[in-house]
Amino acid sequence: MSETKTAEPAAEITSKDFKGKVDPDWCPGCGDFSVLKSVQVALSDLGLKPHEVVTIAGIGCSSNFPGYFNAYGMHTLHGRSLAVATGVKMANHEITVICTGGDGDGYGIGGNHFTHISRRNVDLTYLVMNNQIYGLTTGQISPTSDLGMKTKSTPFGNIEKPLNPLTQAIMNGATFVARGYAGNQKHLQMLIKDAIQHRGFSLIDIFSPCVTFNHDNDYAFFRPRVRKLEDEGHNPEDWKTACEKALMWGDEIYIGKFFQAQRPTLGDQEPVLEEGGPIGHRPIALTDEQAEAIIKPMM
Amino acid sequence: MKDATFDFALAIGGAAGQGIATPGNILARMFVRRGLHMYAYNAYQSIIRGGHILLTIRIADAELPCHGDKIDLLMCLNQDTLDRHLPVLGPGARAVYNSGNVETGDAPEGVTLVPIPVGELTDNNPNKLMQNTAFIGVTTALLGIDFEVLSATLAETFERKGQEMVDLNVSTAKAAFDYTHENFETFPDLVPSADEPLAVWSGNDALAMGGAAAGVKFYAAYPMSPATGVLHWMANNARKLGIIVRQVEDEIGVANMVIGAAHAGARTMCATSGGGFALMTEAIGAAAMMEIPVVFINVMRAGPSTGVPTKTEQGDLWQMLGASQGDFQRFIVAPMNALDAFNTVPELFNLCDAAQCPGIVLSDLLISEGTFSVPAGKINLQPEIDRGELITEPRPADDGGLADPGGREGGGYKRYELTESGISPRAILGLEGYVHVVSTDEHDEDGVLISDEFTNPHKRRLMVEKRSRKFEGIVGRVAPPELEGPADADVTLLGWGSTWGVIHEACEQLADVGITANHLPVKWIVPLHGEQIVEILGKSKRVIMVENNQSGQFARYLRGETGFKADGHIRKYDGEPFMPHHIVAGVQEQLADNIEIYVPQHEIMV
Repeated sequence: MSETKTAEPAAEITSKDFKGKVDPDWCPGCGDFSVLKSVQVALSDLGLKPHEVVTIAGIGCSSNFPGYFNAYGMHTLHGRSLAVATGVKMANHEITVICTGGDGDGYGIGGNHFTHISRRNVDLTYLVMNNQIYGLTTGQISPTSDLGMKTKSTPFGNIEKPLNPLTQAIMNGATFVARGYAGNQKHLQMLIKDAIQHRGFSLIDIFSPCVTFNHDNDYAFFRPRVRKLEDEGHNPEDWKTACEKALMWGDEIYIGKFFQAQRPTLGDQEPVLEEGGPIGHRPIALTDEQAEAIIKPMM
Repeated sequence: MKDATFDFALAIGGAAGQGIATPGNILARMFVRRGLHMYAYNAYQSIIRGGHILLTIRIADAELPCHGDKIDLLMCLNQDTLDRHLPVLGPGARAVYNSGNVETGDAPEGVTLVPIPVGELTDNNPNKLMQNTAFIGVTTALLGIDFEVLSATLAETFERKGQEMVDLNVSTAKAAFDYTHENFETFPDLVPSADEPLAVWSGNDALAMGGAAAGVKFYAAYPMSPATGVLHWMANNARKLGIIVRQVEDEIGVANMVIGAAHAGARTMCATSGGGFALMTEAIGAAAMMEIPVVFINVMRAGPSTGVPTKTEQGDLWQMLGASQGDFQRFIVAPMNALDAFNTVPELFNLCDAAQCPGIVLSDLLISEGTFSVPAGKINLQPEIDRGELITEPRPADDGGLADPGGREGGGYKRYELTESGISPRAILGLEGYVHVVSTDEHDEDGVLISDEFTNPHKRRLMVEKRSRKFEGIVGRVAPPELEGPADADVTLLGWGSTWGVIHEACEQLADVGITANHLPVKWIVPLHGEQIVEILGKSKRVIMVENNQSGQFARYLRGETGFKADGHIRKYDGEPFMPHHIVAGVQEQLADNIEIYVPQHEIMV
């Protein structure tokens, strides 16, 4: 990659520095534990300090992430993490932004923002803990639930085709699109580090099984099926193959980096950010020249 | 306000697409450059081509509070305009139209018809816009203004389209100007001049400029009439003022985006109308819960639902009062005119920063889309900025930055520390030494959620009371409403927000018919100066409330807050703003018949 973020290696930072004030209240065995640990390791490996990072989440089990994490954090509204995060990144383009949430939060109620952040290519990393179910509301279908899945809201089986977040993100203009698996933490850490270093909007859809409410897509389901793209020599610049592999669902399900491209980010194209540091830190009063420039065309 | 010796209203009517804006702008520029005051109201419809538009431009040699009651000169760009409005013109008025394509019957008594053979005067130029230019020439002649004033303005307006276009417009206007002088009398009152030229703005410009003056550095919006002008101003001025302006996928995204940017330290603002505001609603509660200051502007239009997108109303008061679930405080302020809107925005930002909460500006189409003159000297673009208890400097580890027993960065900082004032010093995101989490879930002083695992009723109570405490005594920080006019008047007219101007003028007209009236305009809805209002109204002989809605939203609010019940009401909810005579008639009716609610019938059909 030609453009990567530089982070000074800081020996004293360990994954424990990112440990939050309280322990997660997730169910034992939840895939989200693995994601939390992977982010902590990835950030410490990159030498980032807690104040240089903000995690922003919506609502849901996985959206409780910022509370279990020691960095700046925002626990926002259901589905709105990406909108809030875009505002944060515009006002402070120097901070590392990581959004976390679930499939319902990101692809359902927040679907509109997911579409538009992809095309805007906002420089942040979006980790979706996809368990194909609504967990915190005690088990209803989500936009990624399989056809036929029986849940409390679909006692006779789901009749709605699941969406594919990876192809959707690629088509909408995301510049880093990957899929991880909570059951393979080492691989997930690698993906997260790669995504954070990528300049642009990065999506990692992570199979993070819900051991309580989704008994169809559990570890036993994924373990024999997942295949790493890296083992097959996939070229992430090849979006067509990326889409083909992303759509595969059955005996073989791919994880890894599907797609990566270089394209100016929203911030890169914002002239106001060319110099002067984050706008959130700048002096705010208008200068005499600015005041004059406002009045002149009114006369 | 001093009394005007010259007071003239010009109306330009036609269909959308006929280019009404250009003659409107050219004439407006001529007037304000002479130092004349202007108040323009555009009655239009949600259509890009067709329909009917009536732009009323009132000019005077004194400040104007509203667009008034009368039309002195009606410029008819089509038959429809003449048919609609000729019957309502009063004595002394004149109607200009193209005798080549508009037919007329009898004019009302005292009204002069001014037929202009546009085809002959323009050598039958097929460009339909030449009619507009001809009519500007006619207007200039009828008002007794020298042609040189017009030709200079035309040259400036059409400069970017090339000299040929300038020449064509000047020669067309001149032909019409000369024809008018040869065939018609000028108006009896000569158009005066003042020393200082005035500036021109719309209410939306004023709101945007208020934001810029307050130091807004991030503005987001989804286009929605009648609030879109704020977005346009911001987009046009973004680069020179260092403001990031984003058009967002929906108002939900807008509201959440400005919250994010505000948390990162910027002053942020967004504007919409009622429907868009409905989508923003959940985020307003989020700002309150996370204690992030943001200013939301709602430019009201006639509702409910999509309603009448291009018409005005004061129908969203209760939507503002109840915006978002839960029991929390927000500022709500309804400016009285464009200049007041401009000054109010920085004041509201200071309050929101002080109390770390959302604030709402309640404007409406009348203020926001109106075009007004303003003395440039009255526009203070460098108002006082007070960001309250905001932490903007880092606190490195060797300076107490790592006070947490676990050794975690920022551990010693409590974002929601329980303080006597309820205000907890707010560190902007990204500072070394102040790492913390903000949350829309209920949380403790540390920002740790108490909602999921152990909902602690004691902590919950403390946090609710802490947030509420921020507003104790806040009413003293904003100016109470003041009674305008004689204290011992027969009638007190009570209005809020944009009705200030029209009530002001109605009071003057009432005096002319022997009724003394005073006026209590309310601007701050929350906090409400309930005690002061009741004290003033308690001395009034008869209180009549004036509102641009059907159900008396402010009347119900005031009664709920104070128990005060007015003697009568004047209400209008047809989409058009009040004209002064509507209020005069309402007062007269109530004094005579003791009816409780008077609803005027709007005479001008637009």
